[in-house]
Amino acid sequence: MYRYDQVDQRLVDERVAQFRDQTRRFLAGKLSEDEFRALRLRNGLYIQRYAPMLRIAIPYGLLSSKQLRKLADVARRYDRGYGHFSTRQNLQLNWPKLEQVPDILAELATVQMHAIQTSGNCVRNVTTDHFAGVAPDEIVDSFVWCELIRQWSTFNPEFSYLPRKFKIGVNGALEDRVATFVHDIGLHAVRNSENQVGFKVIVGGGLGRTPMIGQVIRDFLPWPHLLTYLDAILRVYNRFGRRDNIHKARVKILLKERGVERFRDEVDAEWAHLQDGPGTLTAADVAKVEGRFTRPAYEKIGTDPISGISEMGSVPIFRAWRKRNVHGHKVPGYASVTLSLKKTGVPPGDVTSDQMDAIADLADRYSFGELRVSHEQNLILADVRTRDLPALWREARALGLATPNIGLLTNIISCPGGDFCALANAKSIPVALAIQERFDGLDYLHDIGELDLNISGCMNACGHHHVGHIGILGVDKNGEEWYQIEIGGNQAPASLGKVIGPSFARADIPGVIEKLIACYLERRDSEAERFIDVVQRIGVEPFKEYVYGHAHPRAARSPRQLATA
Amino acid sequence: MATLIRERRVVRDSWQLLDSQSCLQVGEDGLVPDFPDAADLVVPRKLWALRRDDLLERRGRLGLRLEADDEVAEVASDLEHFALVAVDFPKFGDGRGYSTARLLRERYGYKGELRAVGAVARDLLHFMEEVGFDAYDLRECEDAEEALAAFEDFSASYQKR
Repeated sequence: MYRYDQVDQRLVDERVAQFRDQTRRFLAGKLSEDEFRALRLRNGLYIQRYAPMLRIAIPYGLLSSKQLRKLADVARRYDRGYGHFSTRQNLQLNWPKLEQVPDILAELATVQMHAIQTSGNCVRNVTTDHFAGVAPDEIVDSFVWCELIRQWSTFNPEFSYLPRKFKIGVNGALEDRVATFVHDIGLHAVRNSENQVGFKVIVGGGLGRTPMIGQVIRDFLPWPHLLTYLDAILRVYNRFGRRDNIHKARVKILLKERGVERFRDEVDAEWAHLQDGPGTLTAADVAKVEGRFTRPAYEKIGTDPISGISEMGSVPIFRAWRKRNVHGHKVPGYASVTLSLKKTGVPPGDVTSDQMDAIADLADRYSFGELRVSHEQNLILADVRTRDLPALWREARALGLATPNIGLLTNIISCPGGDFCALANAKSIPVALAIQERFDGLDYLHDIGELDLNISGCMNACGHHHVGHIGILGVDKNGEEWYQIEIGGNQAPASLGKVIGPSFARADIPGVIEKLIACYLERRDSEAERFIDVVQRIGVEPFKEYVYGHAHPRAARSPRQLATA
Repeated sequence: MATLIRERRVVRDSWQLLDSQSCLQVGEDGLVPDFPDAADLVVPRKLWALRRDDLLERRGRLGLRLEADDEVAEVASDLEHFALVAVDFPKFGDGRGYSTARLLRERYGYKGELRAVGAVARDLLHFMEEVGFDAYDLRECEDAEEALAAFEDFSASYQKR
């Protein structure tokens, strides 16, 4: 865990006081709706369909058991006893009262938490790999870099009123588990031939209504220059990003209009002035932040770390869990465990206050009192002794958190959708639940193998449908809810899904997914060939035919147009 | 002009701020309005470009007004002539002026008064001061005395550590 120093704590406390005063002035009629909107959003407060929504920051997804208990407590006392983990590793409360939000923020500040910059046209919560610091394929511990970026971006006066929101993702391992190519800026740690650490800098990716894959503008940025280079990118964006049209205001549009060469030249010209300036990082700067992270005191575990597991080896459901929900660890004798928040019948990413308390207890007993939120909306216990796996599994199972579906079809990423969100065209959660019910059979699910299924209730794409192997998008047709289906999207290496044809009514969706799966099972070479591999090999056409029958007249038309109609 | 804050104090303002409409209507050469020769004038960049010599001959002090999309680099070599640079914020959420201020202070070494004009609201003062503004022409609806509290909102900053 990162532990606040005095400045961190003071800033958060002062932010609470500032927002309390802003709320007071708004309620007294001294602040207009519009201006309060800009101010409350950067404190994570939306006014939603039925109630306000408060998005609480979980910087880079790292959370202590103490913080989780506070979240449980806040959700119980100020909300309806549950929260929703989002794809940006944050927690959303769906029913707070506007006038109580300053009190909620004050509660959060007591455990070094806040809602700063979780919305608004500013730099948002930086996200990273949920296996940071423990992954066997680690290049650097990305938490340290994320914290440096968090401090750089928090209340950054120059970049607080950008043309649009700005999302940064940092990946510190060989495998990209952060979807860096669909961020405004993606940073990918690399080592050069001299073993020095630097970052590959990717700009201009993003989902939303104009999904784009980011472009590499620098292959190797030595780490001391990280923040000055970010300054240069943000300054070019702040000055020249479009402000005339909210739908063309993200940096991806500027990059597209400029072209990557010109954009890179402008950033480099700006950086020429900033390079080696006061924002340059030193080893002492990095060491200072690194020193504020607590590290697990790992046991030296001897020769037989899996003795506790062998007796469980014959229990199929434990085996399935171990295969799907237990992940490798860089320290011998330890493993990371995903607690699935994707149990059939529960909205993806939702967790009750009671579960939060119980999970905090599990974290204390099995994983040094820490946990992480994944962008796939699950919780991770990152440092579990392998010999404790059977005991942890039993407890997690009793809590409904051991569904062995990580990486499988029912591990659905979903936005809150029309049940909560004022922007949504259609509901997401009932679609997710209907699909989970249809694919509830464990053997069938495991036979289908790895498959990312993502659902967004509107083209803002909070459910990342463009990068799901199967993506479902809620669309509005004359006031009715319809759903468009894309296939072939992927997080990393990033690719965007293609719409298979005209949209469907909600009730038809599970059947359509079944047809897509049937097509896949028929066409795959072997069990090793995943759904996404088959789509990439044979294209979208065979799947279309399977779903629509032959030569559907409308299916042939340009699919992307339908997506944005 | 009663709502001007300068260096965290509410002050009376002696400057005349000209906008493009009032001085660029007549002909293409622009018009230097009929103010006393000793009056302190803040002129739009376009007027400066058109009537530089006339403006420099006046006895009063000279200030420059930059719009959000004006390119700072183009006036960098002229900054020595200005005792004041005003940067316009066309609306609350338009943050271009923050970069303009940084460039003026940090890249071009401008030391004179840097004044935020336009949609200058109490809740923006903290950020404006951090990027180098020292004067704020508050909107009509703001209470300048109350707004002074905004400078005390934060007692630390990550960017200045």
